[in-house]
Amino acid sequence: MTSPANEVDEIATDEATHHSTGPSTAVVSKSPTRIAMERFRKDKLSMTAFSIVVFFFVAAVLAPILVKTGVLDPFGTNQDLLNEFSLPSGKWGGMSSSHPLGLEPGVGRDALSRVWYGITFSLAMSISATIIAIVLGVVLGIVSGASGGWADTIIGRLIDLTLSFPQTLMLLALSSVLVTFISDKLHVPSGNPSQAVYVVAILGLFGWTGIARLVRGQVLSLREAEFVQAANLMGASRARIYFKEILPNLWAPILVSFTLIMPTFVSAEAALGYLGVSIGPPTPTLGTVLNDSLSYADTDPLYFFVPAVTIMVIVVSFNLLGDGLRDALDPKGNR
Amino acid sequence: MWAYAVRRAAIGVVLLVAVALVTFVLFFATAANPARLACGKNCSQQQIKVTEKALGYDQPLYVQFGTFMKGLVVGREFPADKEVRERNPELVTDCGPPCLGYSVNVGTTVNSLIVQAAPTTISLAVVALVMWLIGGVLFGILAAVYKGSFIDRGVVGLTLIAYAFPTFFIAVFFLKYVVIKWEILPYPGYVTIADGGVFTWFENLLLPSFTLALVFMAGYVRMTRAFVLESLGEDYIRTAKSKGLRTRPVLFKHALRAALTPLVTMAGLDFATLLGGAIITESVFAYPGLGLLTVQSSSSFDLPTIVGVVLVAAFFVIVLNILVDISYAFIDPRVRLG
Repeated sequence: MTSPANEVDEIATDEATHHSTGPSTAVVSKSPTRIAMERFRKDKLSMTAFSIVVFFFVAAVLAPILVKTGVLDPFGTNQDLLNEFSLPSGKWGGMSSSHPLGLEPGVGRDALSRVWYGITFSLAMSISATIIAIVLGVVLGIVSGASGGWADTIIGRLIDLTLSFPQTLMLLALSSVLVTFISDKLHVPSGNPSQAVYVVAILGLFGWTGIARLVRGQVLSLREAEFVQAANLMGASRARIYFKEILPNLWAPILVSFTLIMPTFVSAEAALGYLGVSIGPPTPTLGTVLNDSLSYADTDPLYFFVPAVTIMVIVVSFNLLGDGLRDALDPKGNR
Repeated sequence: MWAYAVRRAAIGVVLLVAVALVTFVLFFATAANPARLACGKNCSQQQIKVTEKALGYDQPLYVQFGTFMKGLVVGREFPADKEVRERNPELVTDCGPPCLGYSVNVGTTVNSLIVQAAPTTISLAVVALVMWLIGGVLFGILAAVYKGSFIDRGVVGLTLIAYAFPTFFIAVFFLKYVVIKWEILPYPGYVTIADGGVFTWFENLLLPSFTLALVFMAGYVRMTRAFVLESLGEDYIRTAKSKGLRTRPVLFKHALRAALTPLVTMAGLDFATLLGGAIITESVFAYPGLGLLTVQSSSSFDLPTIVGVVLVAAFFVIVLNILVDISYAFIDPRVRLG
């Protein structure tokens, strides 16, 4: 990324070295990225949020490996550890060294393994959906902002149309016809794969409008910039101007959008799990594990709170990370 | 301004037709066999054929859409097939405009289902809106006044945490703990004002509305806080203070004014979304509103009802969007609609 600020810094450095008597007084130039990084590192709350997010990502990647190697067992039932009411025997939901978060009442599966493995599926689905939403939003936003004219009008109307649909309602209602459509017509294996494809696709297809508007706004000012005019004069193609010249200047809003959209999709997946639209048993997602736990809200509080608190921590830390990134990347910010 | 309103309304109508078209195509074109869904699981081929004809599903999709749109404008009669109507006059159901369709599963028009469910959803949405607006604005101002303090962080943090918990978890928590275990409130069930009076109506709405309000409040706290903070640094606030105005009028009349436009925009859209049915809250509390209607109709594959609810929800979104845009002219004298 070449930005005007960079050039100014370089000139300043040049002058400084010319006029200085020794190399020790040379001014060190800082790129905007570095300034943003420094600002971000100083913000304790954002750094904490960032570490938690990294922790969840590592956990999500590790879970399938741990399940393969048998360290985590999200499917095995431990009926011998349940009492006559099918509730985990012992205090704190059957907490023990081999089952640190206790057991799932009724079936007797290990709660930690269920939640941990659920994180993997929930994050995988919400990340895929976020990527779809971002790609759609960025491409349509750039085209609409940079080309103007009829393309801008059409995309604007498309955004209005998408926003007119009640999202949760569509997610739930469409599942009645689209999941079968996906498995029959698109030849995705029926059952959980189709269900997952449905959730990811619909979240992505309804979630791009905010980014498109944001990107369009940014592009409106970028397209008047000298480097775009220069590329135009040199006869660069539209695709080159859009994606080689303009796109690299948009990474900051895209990054911030990513961290702010993803948690909404984690929540949406949980809601869909409750409504029975997300991946079904025995595969766990945070939504379905939480849904399973609802019937034991009063009899096994630990099992009820663990998945909910996990979702809460993920959503809060992603939001804080997004806010922190936005503050740090904002060139007007002076913290 | 009237010219603007008329133009926006015209665009709104076009948008609604587009929503109807997309919804129609999404549901009726992707469904493997709408007649089979309407007829039920144990239908023979013959029965499915009969259902298909009676409901007009044997017609091409564009004809079906045409009939649907015509019904929306001038009303229509069911069953869709003329022959069937003439042979069995006792089966004919009249569906006046705006006719949204006929639910074979329930055996009544979609309109009557929606009219039945709408008051519940509207009550829920109105009470929730009032709750989160009052809460959001008050806490937002509080956070702004005590910026950077323990109160500020507590308010912003707690509302964010409440927002981050899944809605159905909060709803179930309230039911299982506040209602059943601690017995603080009676088990909520929808009671109309006509049946139980305003107090019972409100008492029953308290928990579901509070659940919804908790989800939405965080956004309003942050928005109010940000705008009030910004305006507190402005000259006109200093002028108001130096005139000798007390803190409260300065905050509520002058500082809050800046936050009004974004607050109205956000509230309008959130309220519109809720009017289409609070799916999760309604299903946890078993409130017979539009959200529960959607859940029921999508689990019984009742396509006409689903399409009807989607259209009604879209109608609310479009209308409130227009109202919000027009309201700018009243809130902010600098805005001229043209």
